[in-house]
Amino acid sequence: MTTRIVELRRGILKKNDELAAGLRDRFTSAGVLVLNLVSSPGTGKTAFLERTLCELRGRGKHAAALVGDLETDNDARRLAASGAPVRQINTHGICHLDAEMVGKHLEGWEGVALAGLDYLFIENVGNLVCPSSYDLGERIRVVLLSVTEGEDKPLKYPGLFNSADAAVITKIDLAGPCGFDREVALRNINEVRPGIRVFETSAKTGAGMDEWLTYLAEQRTR
Amino acid sequence: MHELSIAASIVEAVTESAAPYPGARVKEVRLRVGALASVIEDSLQFCWQLATEDTPLTGSVLVINKLPVIVHCEACGVDAEIDGVQSFRCPRCGELAADLRQGRELEIESIELEDPEPAQPGAGAREQAEERI
Ligand SMILES: Nc1nc2c(ncn2[C@@H]2O[C@H](COP(=O)(O)OP(=O)(O)O)[C@@H](O)[C@H]2O)c(=O)[nH]1
Ligand SMILES: [Mg+2]
Ligand SMILES: [Zn+2]
Repeated sequence: MTTRIVELRRGILKKNDELAAGLRDRFTSAGVLVLNLVSSPGTGKTAFLERTLCELRGRGKHAAALVGDLETDNDARRLAASGAPVRQINTHGICHLDAEMVGKHLEGWEGVALAGLDYLFIENVGNLVCPSSYDLGERIRVVLLSVTEGEDKPLKYPGLFNSADAAVITKIDLAGPCGFDREVALRNINEVRPGIRVFETSAKTGAGMDEWLTYLAEQRTR
Repeated sequence: MHELSIAASIVEAVTESAAPYPGARVKEVRLRVGALASVIEDSLQFCWQLATEDTPLTGSVLVINKLPVIVHCEACGVDAEIDGVQSFRCPRCGELAADLRQGRELEIESIELEDPEPAQPGAGAREQAEERI
């Protein structure tokens, strides 16, 4: 009986990576800045995005959102209230979005042409593990962490935090009541993703949103 | 629980790569998995049986070669392996090092194939040899 070893050296998620690279090229040539928002369920991705979409609209910017959800369209309905085009990606139980789902949902999206957008936000499925391996073609991956989750989240999920380009601490209005230790949280984020830009925000009071919007504008013109 | 989709992706990739060797059985699949790849080894092994059922990979062994995180330290000018995944500091000087050189890999390194029994020609050759004795 003969056996042979065949060297493959191939990425397991090569298909997804290739699709994502294709999307990234499309986004770049359309001049739209694409951001992938990842966090645990309940961190405040939808609330943060609602606020972001409203503020951008107020500044005359064109933004749209794709929102991943396991089963419901509640988030899409909340976001649509901002007046921005929003499309739901129902994953039917899959714990992350992938490039194929994003690509499919860009097709036939009524009233939305990539070239007419300044920003496209993708709210990923609430999960701190699975989304980290799946490139969606985004230029900026934003990880969110709320003050109610505990300062050690970055240490528990370094794979995701390390893959992010920016971090947003949400619900900062609850920092006091929750006994949130800001220094520890910032230190932990920096230990697993040295030098990452961190925003401290509240979707409720609007704190920190100006800085975030300035960052968005800067990144778009980059 | 994305280990099942990871396992399915491996099966798909290996089936594709084994296509030029018709009839061959896949004995072993070797992976390179970085410490930051967000893959839980036990879950992946658990999903392996399920994902390989009724495929050319049935009964194959999955070998997971885990890779530590390696960062490049600006100050020291060297690549250094770090202990664990919770602190990206150069082990020499203790400075934070953002430049990741290894740790996110999620790759199939190689596969081991067992060729089908070379039925007729092999058997014939042995008979001839016996005749000569
Ligand atoms: N106090 C406060 N509550 C918030 C804030 N952002 C979100 N929430 C609440 O947190 C819960 C989860 O928010 P949601 O946006 O649905 O989280 P997601 O699952 O990450 O999309 C909701 O009840 C929100 O009203 C905030 O900045 N301050
Ligand atoms: Mg949501
Ligand atoms: Zn050093």
